[in-house]
Amino acid sequence: MGGVIGVGLALLYIFIMAIFVGFEVISKVPVILHTPLMSGTNAIHGIILLGGMLVLASATSPLGIVFGLLAVIFGSINVFGGFVVTDRMLQMFKRRKP
Amino acid sequence: MSVHSLAALAYLVAAVLFILGMKRLSSPESARSGNLIAAVGMLLAVGATVPLMRGIVTDPLPHGQIRNYALIVVGIVVGAFIGVKSARSVKMTAMPQTVAIFNGVGGGAAALVATMDFLNLARGGAAVTTIFALTMPFSALIGSVSFAGSMIAFGKLQGFVEKPVTYPLQQAVNGLILAAIAALWIYLVGFTRSPLPFALLFALSLVLGVLMVLPIGGADMPVVIALLNAFTGLAVAADGYNTNNIAMIIGGTLVGSSGTLLTVLMCRAMNRPITNVLFSAFGKAAGALRSGSADGSGKAVNPITADEASILLAYAQLVIIIPGYGLAVARAQHEVRELSDVLEERGVEVRYAIHPVAGRMPGHMNVLLAEANVPYDKLYDMDAINSDFRRADVTLVVGANDVVNPAANTDPGSPIYGMPILKAADSKQVIVLKRGMSPGFAGIENELFFDDKTRMLFGDARDSVARLVGELRKMR
Repeated sequence: MGGVIGVGLALLYIFIMAIFVGFEVISKVPVILHTPLMSGTNAIHGIILLGGMLVLASATSPLGIVFGLLAVIFGSINVFGGFVVTDRMLQMFKRRKP
Repeated sequence: MSVHSLAALAYLVAAVLFILGMKRLSSPESARSGNLIAAVGMLLAVGATVPLMRGIVTDPLPHGQIRNYALIVVGIVVGAFIGVKSARSVKMTAMPQTVAIFNGVGGGAAALVATMDFLNLARGGAAVTTIFALTMPFSALIGSVSFAGSMIAFGKLQGFVEKPVTYPLQQAVNGLILAAIAALWIYLVGFTRSPLPFALLFALSLVLGVLMVLPIGGADMPVVIALLNAFTGLAVAADGYNTNNIAMIIGGTLVGSSGTLLTVLMCRAMNRPITNVLFSAFGKAAGALRSGSADGSGKAVNPITADEASILLAYAQLVIIIPGYGLAVARAQHEVRELSDVLEERGVEVRYAIHPVAGRMPGHMNVLLAEANVPYDKLYDMDAINSDFRRADVTLVVGANDVVNPAANTDPGSPIYGMPILKAADSKQVIVLKRGMSPGFAGIENELFFDDKTRMLFGDARDSVARLVGELRKMR
């Protein structure tokens, strides 16, 4: 794509499209699922874990290592805690057996 | 194919899994699989990131990579342990503050990553381009606000910070901090790329997050958490842009936009603009109102005993149950479900009226009642059931308060004025289960409790409902 548009511009396209997808995909959510949905999307932004991994892998200074390690731990809590707690909420949506 | 292309392809699959997962989270039948699909997407994204880490296909660090790789593994394991353990052990009533904590640490991670990216660029001698001088402070600012704000929201929901904290010139102080942050940001973009102003901006953002959430009343915390969730998403997306990572851009943006929509939906349910929630210092107005008007305190309430109440219920045709936060606190959902079973055996029709902001989060009541196996076709949204209250012989209010407060319709001075409420007062008889006469979370009196057709059944919601069930069983 480099020859046609710059990488920065391509990322901007991705960003704008993702905004619309985010709006569209939850627009029909019933109230009953608002809490699990908030919790589920909360887990998805745990993708910051990737950023933490990349930063820590190239950290050299003590500050960089401390910040990077904290970022990895925080991101990991966000991912694992987020998905598990959402699953726990959703376990409760089983239909009552007749 | 290069490692980068492979990673980008894996990220594409992960992004599709995120979108499918969110889509499936929109329906009760498929929600659980949706969450699982999103989790698989996350696993894939993490795996695809490994080859992109420094030292895999690029030059390793001068001192070697082993220590850093080991620390990454340690960090993930420690985080997974804390996350899974707290997610498993938390009570269903504490779900909202758990989501707040998980959101907060995500925001904190986003701020830390942005800070390190900036310091690395600045120290490496590489030119920090204008665009990075814009986006990196953005992640640090929004991520820090989300982190600090979420911790305060947690404290409020947990009961550590009981009342809205207000002090003179609050808005002016917040404005001043915001102005200082803006000045530092402009300084970073236009004049310097040194780490000191960045660190200052980072610290001031944490302070701003605390001060922003402190004055907001506990009843508004769901909106705050939804908003901070969207904030974290945006901070992560900006970090993705800084590090050229498409998965972070897409994942963060999806949360940013869906979280914003969810925030708007929640504010709409309360009929209040978001600015009103964030800047009105809810509790202050409520306190003034309470001391100013004494109309509620002069009147007397009509108590009722459990056996009287059970007779009213037993000979009703339609009973509508309004659950509120009191039900969550007393963990009375199983007893309530038993009560409706007993009533249905007698031929009484039972429905549940769910206010959009009942409890501490939208859907909070649905989750609790689902835990007790209440079939969700018995749960009615406010709009669907408000016209049925006229037909209801008894409306049973279980630990709800503000969502049935007529002041929302009648008293323009009330802080909840304009919020749509469940029209419990339309039914022939109202029985309110309440621990005592304390006002609701919004801190205001409720006229409904003093209404002629309202009877109060005092006591712990769980005990009260259990007593009702006992009385009804005896009648057979």
